[in-house]
Amino acid sequence: MRVAYWPGCVSRGFTPELHGSMAKVAPLLDIELIELDRAACCGAGVIAEHNQELADTLNARTFALAQKTDGELMMNICSTCQGAQSECQERLDANTEYRQLINGNLADEGLVYERGLTNKNLLWLLVEEIGLDALKAKVKRPLTDLKVGPFYGCYIVRPVDRLGVDDEHPRDRYMHMVIEALGGTVIDYAGVYKCCGFPIITMNKHASLSMAGRHLGDAIDADADCLVVPCPLCHLNLDLQQPSASRVVGRELGLPVLHLPQLLGLALGLQPKELGMGKHVVKPTSVMDWSASVVAGAAA
Amino acid sequence: MLDAILKVRDEVDGSVGIRCSCQQAICGSCGVRMNGKPGLACNTHLEEAAARAHGVGWNPPEEGEVSNGGGVIEVEPMGNIPVIKDLIVDMDAVHWKKIQRVTPFLINKLPVPEREYVVPHQNMVDVTQTMACIQCGACVSDCLSMEIDPLFVGPAALSKAYRFVGDPRDADHAGRLKDLSEDPHGIYDCTHCFNCIDACPKGVDPMSQIMRLRRKAGNDEKIVDRNNGHRHEDAFVTLVRDYGLLNEAELLPRSYGGNSWFGKFHPAAGKELLSSIGTVVTGVLRGKVSPKTAMFGHKLPKSDLGQLKDIYTKVEGREERVELNLYVTGYEDEPEPDKEGAGDRETPAEPSMPSGEPEAPVTPPSRPDQPDKSPTFPGPGEDQSSSSESESA
Repeated sequence: MRVAYWPGCVSRGFTPELHGSMAKVAPLLDIELIELDRAACCGAGVIAEHNQELADTLNARTFALAQKTDGELMMNICSTCQGAQSECQERLDANTEYRQLINGNLADEGLVYERGLTNKNLLWLLVEEIGLDALKAKVKRPLTDLKVGPFYGCYIVRPVDRLGVDDEHPRDRYMHMVIEALGGTVIDYAGVYKCCGFPIITMNKHASLSMAGRHLGDAIDADADCLVVPCPLCHLNLDLQQPSASRVVGRELGLPVLHLPQLLGLALGLQPKELGMGKHVVKPTSVMDWSASVVAGAAA
Repeated sequence: MLDAILKVRDEVDGSVGIRCSCQQAICGSCGVRMNGKPGLACNTHLEEAAARAHGVGWNPPEEGEVSNGGGVIEVEPMGNIPVIKDLIVDMDAVHWKKIQRVTPFLINKLPVPEREYVVPHQNMVDVTQTMACIQCGACVSDCLSMEIDPLFVGPAALSKAYRFVGDPRDADHAGRLKDLSEDPHGIYDCTHCFNCIDACPKGVDPMSQIMRLRRKAGNDEKIVDRNNGHRHEDAFVTLVRDYGLLNEAELLPRSYGGNSWFGKFHPAAGKELLSSIGTVVTGVLRGKVSPKTAMFGHKLPKSDLGQLKDIYTKVEGREERVELNLYVTGYEDEPEPDKEGAGDRETPAEPSMPSGEPEAPVTPPSRPDQPDKSPTFPGPGEDQSSSSESESA
């Protein structure tokens, strides 16, 4: 399927391995990416906090650019983008007069946002568009014996009404379902739906890193080999900042954190190195060992 | 749920402690966690609580657990507040203490008028949402910032603060905002986790009220707080204007040192850089960020940056900020109508875009056609029925 692809800023900035692994994984999933390389930052809720109309206009522009492509829908790989964009879209779709006002801000460029765009995070697209059975059929190296802790974070599961989490679309279970479909073992721990702390890292570093450290520690106590995140900002706090978080909570951590496309890539037969795992601050040794043992097992 | 709990108390174990009174979601006393999710026991159906056992939100199902009505419902006391007995928590110790922290009463503007204060209808509609709070503590229960930082003023109290910051009769908007911005556990300690929005049984949307406090503190009162809150916002907004994309390597130093390229040379930025030097070095060594990206960031094409500048100029140049509050306006149910204009008629004309009133001295967006005669303190119900046709709460 062809999708209008919004990678977000951080996947092209401080977590280049996310953007890279998505590019590697997409063809294996038969996803054709039309990158929205003219669209601006979603604002991550911060621009909306400054000026709601400004955030809504920037995102309406992104939506309009997506609607100009021939993609079936818009896809993102960042929960923060998903959350911030869903919030703007909710307002744009709820009120015609407001939408007209925002479209007025785009008129110079000849862009128009038409109500009713479908914008899905890769995780939602996997389950709802590709389907778990089709995904299973593509698995080359099932993640047997790999214990994966899902870390959903906030922006992709709350608020449930705005994000369409309901019995028909149990989007707050999708990561569990995907890990299982890939053959891995799901580890449930206290931090599954909690906040990584990233949004307050500049305002209250201690609280921010305590959050990251606590959830990582809980996952380690639950015997996870690694975490998987649908959001690069969670990755920054859980991986890049993990050594600092370890000092704040006063315990050894060292838990690898994978981006969702990296976990997919492993199961689809790619090597950890190709998926940019060498770029992580916490070396995903357990994952690489697992990968090596699978290869050795296959050879034997 | 409350009926079930009372039945258990009456027939199974008379010692079960639960606090309740009105039994119709008005008094706010029966806040509990049901299958991991906070709410009022009196307005939660058994079916709904049982369904929560299976996914949606907080509580993942156990392997093989039956969903929808067949599951066990686990009732617990609310979180973040000490337990007195069973389901009864010590609201005084946390919730009320925090409410008291925000000066939860009107500081009269002087001189006090002989009769009543005349308040523009629109301004009162603006604070209606926070006035819907029944002080049940459900948002406090699941606040993820408070879980880590118990000193955080928290969602309920900060919503209460907006109730007065948004009220034109109050004399000290600037003082309140300064106080809550400078507090290291104040408005900038919220981590955007959205738990309070889902927890609230009354649609108060506490997180959005906190964002409105930030908007007023930074934009209207120009408060540059010591927590880097406003500098961070300011730098973020400017960087997106100049680069189109977020330039993380610039955002951090500017958040500490001030919103310009020179921010990184400010002592505060230097101190922060020094303390995270290990992180920076590891990041560069691992190839997380190329030196080029770190130095110059990534940018959109020139033509797009031009468009963004135009958008910024237009939006930031407005006399009043435009804000749409869906709690007030509701949602248009109609799919896009075929004929133009049909949708427009359904939009409530007046409160559809309540603007953030710009300054503390009230210069209300005047509506000369309708001199305002609304009561000084309209109840939420009254206000909404007169101003919006579809209520979302």
